Amino acid sequence: MGMTAQTSTADATASRADGAPVVGPAAMLITLTVNGVAQTIQVEPRTTLAEVLRGPLDLTGTKIACNRGACSACTVWLDGVTVCSCMMLAIEVGARKVTTIEGLAQGDTLHAVQAAFIEHDAMQCGFCTPGMAMSCAALLEHTPHPSADEVMTAISGHFCRCGTYPHVVAATLAAAAQSKA
Amino acid sequence: MANDTGTRAETFPVGIASVGLAEVTRQVTGDEPPALAPNAALAVIGKPTPRQDGRAKVTGATRYTVDIKLPGMLHGRILRSPLPHARIGSIDVSAAARLPGVRAVLTIVRPDDPASAVVRYVGAPLAAVAAVSINVAEQALRLIRVDYEALPFVTDMDQARAAAAPQVFDSASAPQGYASGFPAAHGLPLVGNVRGPAMQARGDAVQGFAQAAVTVEAEYRTQVQTHCCLEPHATIADWREDGLTVYQSTQFTAGVRKELAAAFGLPPQRVRVVVDGMGGGFGSKSSLGNYGRIAVTLSRQAGAPVRIVLDRQEEQMDAGNRPGTWQRLRIGAQRDGGLTAISLRSYGTAGVALGAGVGNVAQAMYECPNFDGAQYDVFIHSGPGCAMRGPGNTPGAFGMEQAIDELAEKLAMDPLALRDRIDASPVRREERRLGAERIGWSRRHASGAPVTDGGPVKRGIGMAQSIWVANVQTNSACEVRIHRDGTVEVLSSVQDIGTGIGTVMAQVVAEVLGLRPEDITVRIGDTEFPAGPPSYGSRTTASITPPARSAAWRALQSLLRVAAPGLAVSPEDLLALGGRIVVRDQPARGMLFREATALLRTDRISEVASRSDDYGGFRQRMGTDAALAQQDLGGVQFAQVAVDTETGIVRVERVVAVHDCGRPMNPRLIESQVQGGVLMGLSYALFEHRILDRHTGRMVNPNLEQYKLVGARETPAIEVILLENYQGRSATDAYGVAEPANIATAPAIANAVYNAIGVRLRSLPMTPAAVLAALGRMTAGSARP
Repeated sequence: MGMTAQTSTADATASRADGAPVVGPAAMLITLTVNGVAQTIQVEPRTTLAEVLRGPLDLTGTKIACNRGACSACTVWLDGVTVCSCMMLAIEVGARKVTTIEGLAQGDTLHAVQAAFIEHDAMQCGFCTPGMAMSCAALLEHTPHPSADEVMTAISGHFCRCGTYPHVVAATLAAAAQSKA
Repeated sequence: MANDTGTRAETFPVGIASVGLAEVTRQVTGDEPPALAPNAALAVIGKPTPRQDGRAKVTGATRYTVDIKLPGMLHGRILRSPLPHARIGSIDVSAAARLPGVRAVLTIVRPDDPASAVVRYVGAPLAAVAAVSINVAEQALRLIRVDYEALPFVTDMDQARAAAAPQVFDSASAPQGYASGFPAAHGLPLVGNVRGPAMQARGDAVQGFAQAAVTVEAEYRTQVQTHCCLEPHATIADWREDGLTVYQSTQFTAGVRKELAAAFGLPPQRVRVVVDGMGGGFGSKSSLGNYGRIAVTLSRQAGAPVRIVLDRQEEQMDAGNRPGTWQRLRIGAQRDGGLTAISLRSYGTAGVALGAGVGNVAQAMYECPNFDGAQYDVFIHSGPGCAMRGPGNTPGAFGMEQAIDELAEKLAMDPLALRDRIDASPVRREERRLGAERIGWSRRHASGAPVTDGGPVKRGIGMAQSIWVANVQTNSACEVRIHRDGTVEVLSSVQDIGTGIGTVMAQVVAEVLGLRPEDITVRIGDTEFPAGPPSYGSRTTASITPPARSAAWRALQSLLRVAAPGLAVSPEDLLALGGRIVVRDQPARGMLFREATALLRTDRISEVASRSDDYGGFRQRMGTDAALAQQDLGGVQFAQVAVDTETGIVRVERVVAVHDCGRPMNPRLIESQVQGGVLMGLSYALFEHRILDRHTGRMVNPNLEQYKLVGARETPAIEVILLENYQGRSATDAYGVAEPANIATAPAIANAVYNAIGVRLRSLPMTPAAVLAALGRMTAGSARP
């Protein structure tokens, strides 16, 4: 696990034979850097990153729909890499920077993917939309000019029951076409 | 304004715009707005306006029910039966109640009441707790001691039909009717687990078959599908001395309020139901639900808000499903294709609920003088089904639209030519023409013809049609406020389940007031506003856009009366146009809209309008609150598939979906909905399958990874063609599209698969195993799901 020096707790005095600290079940203090802001919070070690984001940090744009890594609605970035935040404990995050859907826009300026999602109606009920947008934006960070097939691969782990996949692909390709890179 | 001004004649456009429009004159009541021009002549309606809440949705700002936190909010969890059929001898909740952090405990099953002591499906609620956290609540559930007497059970519909099968209900305990969704007749006999039949008949089917030159007969089977809304079913109940507020992810705020008032003995005006973001329903969030009732009861007991959110396993077990069906169709025809008789017999199971019929496709799609239908419900020990996108007609079309293709083949007719012969709908005729042209029907090879490339992948094209009644909720209302500062609000309890209805309402009001959609503030999803329609039955747009236009038009008349004196004209000479109030025929003369509103002597003008009857009347009233419009909805879909005959994998490469919904209000939003209907239908056709373990009664795939849904990689190219089909029936002439878009997809794919491989798949889902079995490359036994 990605335990770091930032993690501290009164209970974490014991250690396993291999020297790794034993934590829990009591709550412990961790510092998370989310959307550029470092925040120290108390969490039970069993708490997932998704639960911490949605609970104490009130960043409810990250959705929990299956809670076992099957639907990708909870997708956030960890140092720019997409992860299912329901499949990771908050104490595993360590010093890695978390970006959620609330941190994707630069101030009032939407990320190109967000703007294209609106333009192409790449949403219906919108519950899967934050996760979709995070995966599509991450794709463009690494692959500025993807093919439709690459977009579909990037969102292949996401479920959208409303059926927005065609518009999500169209929006992402349009966002890519706008960028000069 | 009172509805006392008599009637007047209005002349409306009618017909399909791309074919040619005619006019019809109808009498309307005096307070109805004038006839609305075709979309081509309008500024806002019919344009692809982006949805108003798009920015909130892409930034994560939209608050769904699961996102709401109230001060002091407790977390509720429900203890559920692990057995499919059991008598509960006792429930001991004392240890749970003593656990620190537990604030309320509710026993749902009452062992001392024989009617309440029996549970009939895995997942049936037994007890519930509210605690300071979900973890404490779950710990408390583990402390509840339940004494079960296991009873015999049956979870397979065919086995349940046998005389010796364990009985789910007796006639006293069986559900008698259907509260929501697809109707099931009351008062039908129950024999064993089989209830019915619900009979539909016209003419003389025996005679009709005797006249037939050609007869086809086949059996079709469809699986249970679950709704899989991404947002789970969720309620936050806040019981206070002065009233009850419930935040619920619901398709019908006004209906849930009515249910709450009745269930808890409260006056409706002291019950408020609120939903902002709504993460999908598809029929499964149409009513209060057992979880909603439990949340309110716990809140009343605890004196604090209680939140209940189902987890994904609960979603799959006890949040509704589309019933599984078996149907046998027999169709007789003359040599030229003219139908002489149709016979339908169906058995379906909604578990412990009713409503598993196969709809009215066989009865109503085609001209046929003689029809004989008998539909049965079969009870099994599994979670209750409920309405799901096109209930009844979706499994019904899977059978009927294949049977029609089977008939066409036997008659040596092209499937389109046969439908042209037997389908009286001029709308679907045009839809077939447009779709055939787009998909390239003329290059379709004969079904099962040898494919020249000799490879293992065979391609085919198929089509199918949908039919759906045009529902209207007659007690739908809407308020429009024009404020002195020039701002405009439109208010209704109608909820947006993802269709963008709020944006459409803004378009309607903007069109009337000569403003832009973004000038209109939409406030919906709250029963404090005038009661709006449900978001089910493809009725929302048909129900709420006419009153939105009426209310805006009446408010505008008041504003024009205020503005007229300053312009030295009469109000009738004024128009709202381009953000201004101008003199008709002298558009340079006038004032800004907000200059006009500044003349108001009150803070605002407000008009509430309700849904008027369709001009020329409805086809049929449905109870006190709903009606059916004169003309059915529907559509025609074409699918192109590639079937790998070595792996059995069916790949849908392309779908052309041609639909009409009266006047299209916002083609971009409609396109999204049609794509969604196609994808849900594709998913139904190829992937989805609720699997029950017949030895334990448990669902073996109660999740989103083993319960297979269509993903982006299985998504075909979907081309949507929309007709503008004017009928002159209401202030907007708009109807729905959500369900018709789902109904035709699975049979279109099945017909395409047949065209590709020459073997017909009459059972869903069309998995690789089923395809290989059909090709004789696997034994049928090993392919049977």
